[in-house]
Amino acid sequence: MAEMKRAYVRPLDLKQGRVDLTHGSGGRSMVQLISELFAKHLGNEYLGQGNDGAVLPAPTIHGHAGRLVMSTDCHVVSPLFFPGGDIGCLSVHGTVNDVAVMGATPLYLAAGFILEEGFPLSDLARIVESMARAAREAGVPVVTGDTKVVERGKGDGVFITTTGVGVLPDGLELGGSRARPGDAIIISGSLGDHGVAIMSKRENLSFDAPIESDTAALNGLIAAMLATGADLRCLRDPTRGGLAATLNEIAGQSGVGMMLHEKAIPVKPVVAAACEFLGLDPLYVANEGKLIAICASADAERVLAVMRAHPLGREAALIGEVIADDHHFVQLTTAFGGRRIVDWLAGDQLPRIC
Amino acid sequence: MCLAIPVRVVEVGADDTAIVDLGGVTKEISLALLSDVQVGDYVILHVGYALSKLDPEEAEKTLALFAEMAEAS
Amino acid sequence: MKYIDEFRDGELAKNLAASIGATVEPGRNYSFMEFCGGHTHAISRYGLSDLLPPTVRMVHGPGCPVCVLPIGRVDMAIDLALNHGVILCTYGDTLRVPASDGLSLMKAKARGGDIRMVYSTLDALQIARDNPAREVVFFAIGFETTTPPTAVAIQQAEAEGLANFSALCCHVLTPSAISNILESPEVRQWGTVPLDGFIGPAHVSTVIGSRPYEFFAEEYRKPVVIAGFEPLDVMQAILMLVRQVNEGRAEVENEFSRAVSRDGNLKAQDCVAEVFELRREFEWRGLSVVPYSALKIRQKYAAFDAERRFDLEYRSVPDHNACDCGAILRGVKKPQDCKLFGTVCTPENPIGSCMVSSEGACAAHYSYGRYKDMH
Repeated sequence: MAEMKRAYVRPLDLKQGRVDLTHGSGGRSMVQLISELFAKHLGNEYLGQGNDGAVLPAPTIHGHAGRLVMSTDCHVVSPLFFPGGDIGCLSVHGTVNDVAVMGATPLYLAAGFILEEGFPLSDLARIVESMARAAREAGVPVVTGDTKVVERGKGDGVFITTTGVGVLPDGLELGGSRARPGDAIIISGSLGDHGVAIMSKRENLSFDAPIESDTAALNGLIAAMLATGADLRCLRDPTRGGLAATLNEIAGQSGVGMMLHEKAIPVKPVVAAACEFLGLDPLYVANEGKLIAICASADAERVLAVMRAHPLGREAALIGEVIADDHHFVQLTTAFGGRRIVDWLAGDQLPRIC
Repeated sequence: MCLAIPVRVVEVGADDTAIVDLGGVTKEISLALLSDVQVGDYVILHVGYALSKLDPEEAEKTLALFAEMAEAS
Repeated sequence: MKYIDEFRDGELAKNLAASIGATVEPGRNYSFMEFCGGHTHAISRYGLSDLLPPTVRMVHGPGCPVCVLPIGRVDMAIDLALNHGVILCTYGDTLRVPASDGLSLMKAKARGGDIRMVYSTLDALQIARDNPAREVVFFAIGFETTTPPTAVAIQQAEAEGLANFSALCCHVLTPSAISNILESPEVRQWGTVPLDGFIGPAHVSTVIGSRPYEFFAEEYRKPVVIAGFEPLDVMQAILMLVRQVNEGRAEVENEFSRAVSRDGNLKAQDCVAEVFELRREFEWRGLSVVPYSALKIRQKYAAFDAERRFDLEYRSVPDHNACDCGAILRGVKKPQDCKLFGTVCTPENPIGSCMVSSEGACAAHYSYGRYKDMH
């Protein structure tokens, strides 16, 4: 019997090729996309199992079984590539951070891609490579995933959903309802970098600002903070809606008020200038690599020291304190000497003429 | 009304355009409503157009006025 | 940031606050209207009221072009987008203004209207160039600061033969609004406001100059101090107003001398005069119909006038019965006096003009100051 010749499979054309509907249909084309692109960059022993679901060891922490923490995030950022990052690394950082701020050690990620027909493979490769790098640096592998393709016009290039799981040691409770009057409010660094970096690329807002997104995985910084044994009440990352949204959420959950001090809040001068151009308030602009920590006031100095010793917390600052307030207002003493509240916003901030 | 900011002219282009800078952020704007703008001038910018020139001497005088009054009290 | 940071210095603020405290006469009350929404915003954002003596009261005026934009005009913009298929270009401020039928420009966008936010008329012109097969309409709102850019855009469109570009002109004039506050039949209905003086708008004045305010000072015997936008400018202007009142003077003083001259920007004024002319009357939300207070596009530029081009009709839409915006815009009532404030009417669900823009008296108080009502 003559030997069957091995069929020649043309490799993906990562330079000129585009996503087409066959890539999502479950056939050879999809398998090729997965092996030559996704698995190639994201590859690890779990992803390599190649089954419908990844079998993972039971999570332990410090040799003990802990509780599971799970979080999911959908990423629809536009533009896909922005100064300082892209949708790929953003999707890893966002979910790693959501798990880590609960006090859990992030362990595994799942990633789902919705690709638009016609999306350039070269861009997809860039995104996946960036995701892989972010996952490696954070120490959290992508162990399972899914890909679908929608017709041209029905998707914005690519949408990514990431889900993360982590393990939380017994006895550690962090949450938005735990803030108490007297607690210290700490921020890990300057505000507004990400939102302004994104806006600088958007259509109709054309200005050149040397600002980069601060997108980063914060699990290393958080681990260092937890290791101090300080009495941390709550950690949260101020993403959409900025510092204002996050603090208002916590104030509401904990039934307290807050008093912030404008002079203490770090904002890069160039971010402040960009906000002047657009009439935006940095307190409401999104961040993707910063966290807010609320802790017992006695522990504030210790926490700050450990944060400042870490590359992602060099500009950590004490920005205010939790106070008793039945109306749950977040108030601010202005650099000018007056007082005002930092309220919830009605939807996104829009640049204004007035 | 009228969110307008003082910006520094860093480049004057053809067709009444200019590049301005505020704290490291640059933008291209229109000079159609002003005459005689030079690099280094400060202008008031509103919705993409320079509306008036800022007089540095008057600015200094105003600042001095704040400080003076303060001492007189 | 040069010419910004120095004018926000907290130390100088303390001293100016002390000066104002020392200059007000004991037992005398002062009521000043800051006409301009930008000043309202500055006062709220920096908590300036905390630094003023309790006898000085700031009254928020109608100088917010979004707040005084009648619902009927927003309806016209929505109509253009939804029923005429135009690309409707607008400044960000108007997107959330509630109009008729539960719509706003933002909601009309969700229904399929091609509504695009622009930073400048320059962007709108570019959209027209990039889309020659589509009609592009610019929703032109604003006072005298924002009018010259629209004039330039129309002249530019004419010079280029950009036949698919037009503007929906809703530009309004400051001096008419000030007159309207000082003398109108409705003031009798709500009661007069003992206003002792005005803080004149900053950037409107860079265009129109300080000269137009001299009329008010003379005719109504009220002092006007034109102030820059930074908080120190506002405090300085308040100090100058207090001095004028104490000394019985009613003059126009210019605190914003670094950018405002007596004549203003003549080139910009000429440009506006070339493209626009006065409307006999115009409805202002909250102030009702005001004569010679707004602009329309001249006949020679009729091709660029969206109202003519699309044969649009203006239909007046009254405000909610219980809405107190009119009284609040005239400074006769405070936001807290309105039955709807903070309950039915909030920034998320604005019922009237004062809540719609962050510059409006109600929005500013709600966002920055309502904690004071509680304590």
